[in-house]
Amino acid sequence: MITLADLEKKINSELTTKIKESKIKHEQVYIDLDIKDLIGVILFLKKNKDTKFRQLIDITTVDYPESPKRFKMIYLFLSHEFNQRIVISCFINENEVIPSLTKIFPSANWMEREVFDMYGVNFKDHPDLRRILTDYDFEGHPLRKDFPLTGHTEVRYSEDEKKVIKEPVKLEQNYRKFDYDSPWEGTKYIKEQSEKNNGKKN
Amino acid sequence: MEKKTKTLKLNFGPQHPAAHGVLRLILELDGEVVEKADPHIGLLHRGTEKLIENKTYMQAVPYFDRLDYVAPMNQEHAFALAIEKILKIEVPIRAQFIRVMFCEIGRILSHILNITTQALDVGALTPSLWGFEERETLMTFYERVSGSRLHANYFRAGGVHQDLPRGLDEDIKNFCTSFPKVIDDLETLLTDNRIFKQRNVDIGIVTKEDTLDYSFSGVMMRGSGIPWDLRKSQPYDCYDQVNFKIPVGKNGDCYDRYLCRIEEMRESVSIIKQCLSLMPKGPIKSLDGKISPPPKNEIKQSMEALIHHFKLFTEGYRVEKDEIYTAVEAPKGEFGIYLISDGSNKPYKCKIRAPGFSHLQAMDYLIKGHMLADVPAVLGSLDIVFGEVDR
Repeated sequence: MITLADLEKKINSELTTKIKESKIKHEQVYIDLDIKDLIGVILFLKKNKDTKFRQLIDITTVDYPESPKRFKMIYLFLSHEFNQRIVISCFINENEVIPSLTKIFPSANWMEREVFDMYGVNFKDHPDLRRILTDYDFEGHPLRKDFPLTGHTEVRYSEDEKKVIKEPVKLEQNYRKFDYDSPWEGTKYIKEQSEKNNGKKN
Repeated sequence: MEKKTKTLKLNFGPQHPAAHGVLRLILELDGEVVEKADPHIGLLHRGTEKLIENKTYMQAVPYFDRLDYVAPMNQEHAFALAIEKILKIEVPIRAQFIRVMFCEIGRILSHILNITTQALDVGALTPSLWGFEERETLMTFYERVSGSRLHANYFRAGGVHQDLPRGLDEDIKNFCTSFPKVIDDLETLLTDNRIFKQRNVDIGIVTKEDTLDYSFSGVMMRGSGIPWDLRKSQPYDCYDQVNFKIPVGKNGDCYDRYLCRIEEMRESVSIIKQCLSLMPKGPIKSLDGKISPPPKNEIKQSMEALIHHFKLFTEGYRVEKDEIYTAVEAPKGEFGIYLISDGSNKPYKCKIRAPGFSHLQAMDYLIKGHMLADVPAVLGSLDIVFGEVDR
């Protein structure tokens, strides 16, 4: 039985130069590395007889608009043999094209398509990089932090054109963003509204 | 002269009774043989992950009911566990048993639906009529405990919302004694049924290697002979205190997966029985007033309880900065949450790992070379629900 501490030590000794940081928490190993070492590390983890991370659980991205490197890629792996999980993360720039895992794990195909769809991250050598969850001619990347919750367009059936048409979102009332942090002060949107009205009157 | 053949493109869905929801499957056919299948998903995409980022932790729970809507509480469980692990909350033992019991009820709900609709897809009507009666009974249990038949919103970080109402444990116990008979009845209709076997045996075979490559989990993996179940291998809540077996298939075809599901229902019944007998009396949610709301009568007496109540339902609780992946064994496979908290009262990111997503991805590989009529059979045995695939 290999413990998580053994696994962490093993990874650090075999891949010394490639691992930027590693830690154990919540019964999982978290490692941070540079994107150029990604494929090498993943191949090692998959093939090595002491790790055997044979299954890719998920790929996802986190958007940090303020950080110098905007996106953080996250890869989750599971080793059934040793009953261990590992989380690999690496920061990438907004327009960086990163290597695809589809050759190593066929299941990466849709996961990378989803990341592309939701965040606009491009993958090199991906066989079929299309949008997956959003509408056929959708624009933008919904899970980016700068994408509004209400979206940009709404669809409806137009009686005149006899087809479904797209229009810019028109809200009947302002989107209510409650300030939960200081509930005593009430919501901001009411203030904005009244200030606007006051401005008009004057 | 050489004969020219042309492949035919066929649109299967998005409105098709055997598509189990809104799947648009573009099939390339050579005669009746499928050469390529290209599933187009996302027709039920509601942006759940984006919405969760904009809600407090407590407000985010109902979104999980709407993922795999045939077994809502199993999803809530994953979310509750993720928060509990970050905040290091101790869940009272009674709450753990209640949660495990309702997760197993969810498993039965999901498996009944899957087995009977799969039978429906291959031509048997009666199983669904018999099975849905039982689902109705189970959903009344959901209703009695949470107030709604489907979208329960019952699990909380630190426990569950309410204790079991009086008499419910008795009724669940009665259900456990009568339900195995219904499983037997379903089996007499299907297990040795010649037509059912012709349509399912040796169809959609998945090898052990493929389950790893295609990120399969749950029954899709166990049907191929890998004894892997998160309830056993990475037990959460009180799964280590109950005894149950893990049914494993042999050939990895649609028929084996059906048999696995039947056996899992029997195991679930046994887990529910054990939960009922082992369940102690006691609190059903964390007693920490910063996490779970105080009892109603206390609000009228204690100033502190009133403040806690007010703060919880306006601001919500804050979760310290952390990252965690938590997975549960949902009826369809490994359902995981990758939760990133930033110290505020809303999740910074909540990635949902739905088992159906990877299963449906393998559709092309599973169906290649099969006949068109096998498409519904394979699709049925994948156990796809679009609430979770499209999110």
